[in-house]
Amino acid sequence: MRLNAENLSAHRGEDLIFSNISFNLTAGEALLLTGPNGSGKSTLLKVVAGLMRPASGRVFWQAEPAETGLPVREVCHYLGHRNAMKPELSVAENLGFWRAFLCDRPGGTGLSIGEAAAAVELEAILHLPFGYLSAGQQRRMAFAKLLVAHRPVWLLDEPTAALDVAAEALFARLIRDHLGRGGLVVAATHQPLDLVAAHRLEMKGFQYAETGEDFA
Amino acid sequence: MTALLLRDLKLSIRAGGGALIGILFFMTVVAVIPFGVGPDLNLLSRIGPAIVWIGALLAALLGLDRMFQADRDDGSLDLLLMQEHPLVLTVLVKCLAHWLANVLPLVIASPLLGLFMNMSEVAIGAVMLTLLVGSPALTFIGAVGAAVSVTLPRGGLLVSILVLPLCIPVLIFGVSAAYAAVEDPAPFLPPFLILTAITMFFAVLGPAGAALALRNAGD
Repeated sequence: MRLNAENLSAHRGEDLIFSNISFNLTAGEALLLTGPNGSGKSTLLKVVAGLMRPASGRVFWQAEPAETGLPVREVCHYLGHRNAMKPELSVAENLGFWRAFLCDRPGGTGLSIGEAAAAVELEAILHLPFGYLSAGQQRRMAFAKLLVAHRPVWLLDEPTAALDVAAEALFARLIRDHLGRGGLVVAATHQPLDLVAAHRLEMKGFQYAETGEDFA
Repeated sequence: MTALLLRDLKLSIRAGGGALIGILFFMTVVAVIPFGVGPDLNLLSRIGPAIVWIGALLAALLGLDRMFQADRDDGSLDLLLMQEHPLVLTVLVKCLAHWLANVLPLVIASPLLGLFMNMSEVAIGAVMLTLLVGSPALTFIGAVGAAVSVTLPRGGLLVSILVLPLCIPVLIFGVSAAYAAVEDPAPFLPPFLILTAITMFFAVLGPAGAALALRNAGD
């Protein structure tokens, strides 16, 4: 399994956000995106997830012959800033919907709702409406969504926002488990996540000063 | 896909779902007409089918803007777009859920409002039947408008204005079929069959257009 990105560039409006980013991840590898706010970490994740069209370059997925050529978005889990859960529905209903809708990839190992909630240590509050949970609990439940259906690639955008130290360690462990099973992770984060074999990509963003424009 | 249908139905009846807003609006519009027009029973029964149809049309447009925007606000739309299910199918299921929750109640309430307008049994039956057949077209057309304006924060009125011109044929053939059922010389079947054809046409074109708009809505 291999996730390749070649010479990706993206615009937002007229502004170039990043250009010529290439990376190459194989099974069990993680890529950590770091950099200041506005440097394009989220945009890069959206481009990989197929939610934004790159201005140039391409992302592609290679695996067993049957899967090669699949759109990258179909082998990815995307955890964005927003949790993609409905506050009106109970946690169990939310997870149950995503479990049924996402469907396991062939040969995948999606957990049941109870197991996924137990993995994020929140099995006691499955019956509550999602809107009643605290921000940190909501984030953990959004993470449990990644466990109910198997996807080889996880795209995580600030996964540890609103989390306490214990939950950060929990996320790091779940991410390491995923890598240990041969998964791939691309994460925009400022937490070290204790990953041994992680590539790092420092996004610098474009400095207006470099273009020679004078705003003074 | 069944999961998506069930989830959307559940959401529309839970707090803030707004399934009842449309039907309340429909009842308000039709119920005030007799007060405005006056107690002329013959006039009321003559304009009845048209008024009920217009009320249903406006009420059906009311909740359209939330069809995709609610999912976009909490990030679900990103995940719906990423799956291997054809996006057209996902949109079709969302349209079905929207129709069942927001528009079918209007069809069911229309006989009651027909009584307000002093309509005969045949006219009430005809209006209900034409609404049942024609209203899905309104949802399918509206889905395109909702998808186009999904990134606009206050897209509500814009959606209605965008889709209204396309809804006019539905209104014309719906009302003329309903009148044909009560007025003798005019045949009922031709306008009714055209109405059916419009619904089937937009059942194909609407989800395809909406899926295309959602794919390109990237923000």
